Amino acid sequence: MSTGMFESWTGDVLQIGPLYPFVGSEMILVIVGVVCWIGWHIWQWRMESHNYHDDLATLKVNDNMTKALRGEKVLRSM
Amino acid sequence: MSDQLAALTTIFTEFYYWVTVVFMFLIHIGFCMYEVGASRRKNHMHTLMKNTMVIPLVTVTFFFFGWWIYFALPNGPGITGPLLDAPWAEPWNELMGAHMGGSIEGGMDAESTAYWARINGVFWAAFLLFSWTAASIISGAVIERIRSGSFWLAAVLVGSCTWIIDAAWGWHPNGWMVQVLGYHDAYASGVIHAIAGGAALALLIHLGPRIGKFRADGTPRNIAPQNPWLITIGLFLIYTGFWGFYVACNIPIFDVQEGDGVFFSATNIYLAPTTLSAITFNFLMSLSGGLLATYIVSRGDAFWTYSGGLCGVIGASAGNDLYHPIQAMLIGGIVPIICYKLHFWVERKFKIDDAVGAVAVHGYGGFLGVVIAGFMLWGYPASPFYDVTINPLGNFIGAIIMFFVLGFVPCYILGAILKGAGVLRIPQEIELVGLDLSEYAARYADEEALQQAEIEAARAAGLLR
Repeated sequence: MSTGMFESWTGDVLQIGPLYPFVGSEMILVIVGVVCWIGWHIWQWRMESHNYHDDLATLKVNDNMTKALRGEKVLRSM
Repeated sequence: MSDQLAALTTIFTEFYYWVTVVFMFLIHIGFCMYEVGASRRKNHMHTLMKNTMVIPLVTVTFFFFGWWIYFALPNGPGITGPLLDAPWAEPWNELMGAHMGGSIEGGMDAESTAYWARINGVFWAAFLLFSWTAASIISGAVIERIRSGSFWLAAVLVGSCTWIIDAAWGWHPNGWMVQVLGYHDAYASGVIHAIAGGAALALLIHLGPRIGKFRADGTPRNIAPQNPWLITIGLFLIYTGFWGFYVACNIPIFDVQEGDGVFFSATNIYLAPTTLSAITFNFLMSLSGGLLATYIVSRGDAFWTYSGGLCGVIGASAGNDLYHPIQAMLIGGIVPIICYKLHFWVERKFKIDDAVGAVAVHGYGGFLGVVIAGFMLWGYPASPFYDVTINPLGNFIGAIIMFFVLGFVPCYILGAILKGAGVLRIPQEIELVGLDLSEYAARYADEEALQQAEIEAARAAGLLR
């Protein structure tokens, strides 16, 4: 049992080829990678929007806007 | 790899690029320090994270498609030939991973595969670090008001698409701009700096200035850097990383003797002979020219003197493989003076708020550097492989392609789309109070809770009455 293409370093080194496990899965890995990348942007975009939304809500409470502009503490539970 | 000379050449080259990558990492550290130092305290953490996340985003996308673009698009395609095969750069290819060599599908023989198995990762990384730099240049210009998600789209566009297209066209031994125009830009005045400066300018036009940057009568206010020490150390680190950048633009050992015989030399990216000594002379002399000139023109201002040193190198980079050191010094002195004046003129005239002077230092500096090289190196062979010479018109057209066609236009379109969707700029209230509000507000909340918990613990222990 081996996840790689070789089980020994002996023999013709030039014939070993790829060293990583699960050779043949490269296209699937690329698809997974691209999906992760695009998914990250979507996730980040939503997260950033939520952050701004929460911050704006915090600033509307009492005199938080004035306090924040003065550099005073503005509390918000995360 | 069975022949000792071939093995030594390959493994030396592999190690050479690996070292340049480590050096170039300092450029990004320097840019992060520089940006944080230039931002106001209320925006520090956001500014840092905006540039830090360039690293993973440009890295993965440069793996997925950036690297392939460089080898597939030298002909345009359609200008001097078709789309080219580049199996070693396809993200699903075996050679885009740990590999010992040996023939692979797609027709590469065992020796070629053994070579690419060792060079591919380090060469990819060297180009990737250039990509980070291109994206990072834009990052500094737009601080304190751009939405991070929008900036990162621009970072991927420039870092993994447009700059590497221009590299395929004008920074490849077989690039169509080299073949047709005689374009020469050995150390990337245009292909990195002009394109990034053009892209930054396009975003800045859509983004608008920071609140309070301009008075009611239109005259600019100086938003002073929060931490000048961080800026200067950051720029020192960028200088240091720039050494690695210069060295990474070379092929370290290559047989440059045409016909019979063998003569090994370092070459520039076009595989034309140069030496590490030549570029070391010229790097330092152009840096010195920039520092000397901008110290005077800025009346000793540290921010602009350091930036001017960088601009001096950028201004001479297009021809720094061939210039005399004193020519490099003079060009490195003249270009930053022009860029310094242009920065303030553009700021006043068009209300462009470039927080770190990136458009001037990189954009105008890179553009001028390419144009000047066209005149200075007029008639020199542009390539060992094509019967074409460096000329002013070819380099001028090349500079326009870099700054406007591939730099300005794509980011202008992206900026227009993002602005139209209302997602380019952060909400006004957030800009006023600072982007780190979440960071501080959450920390304050925890500090209050922690303080309360400590008081209760002290009371429980009988330490408080």
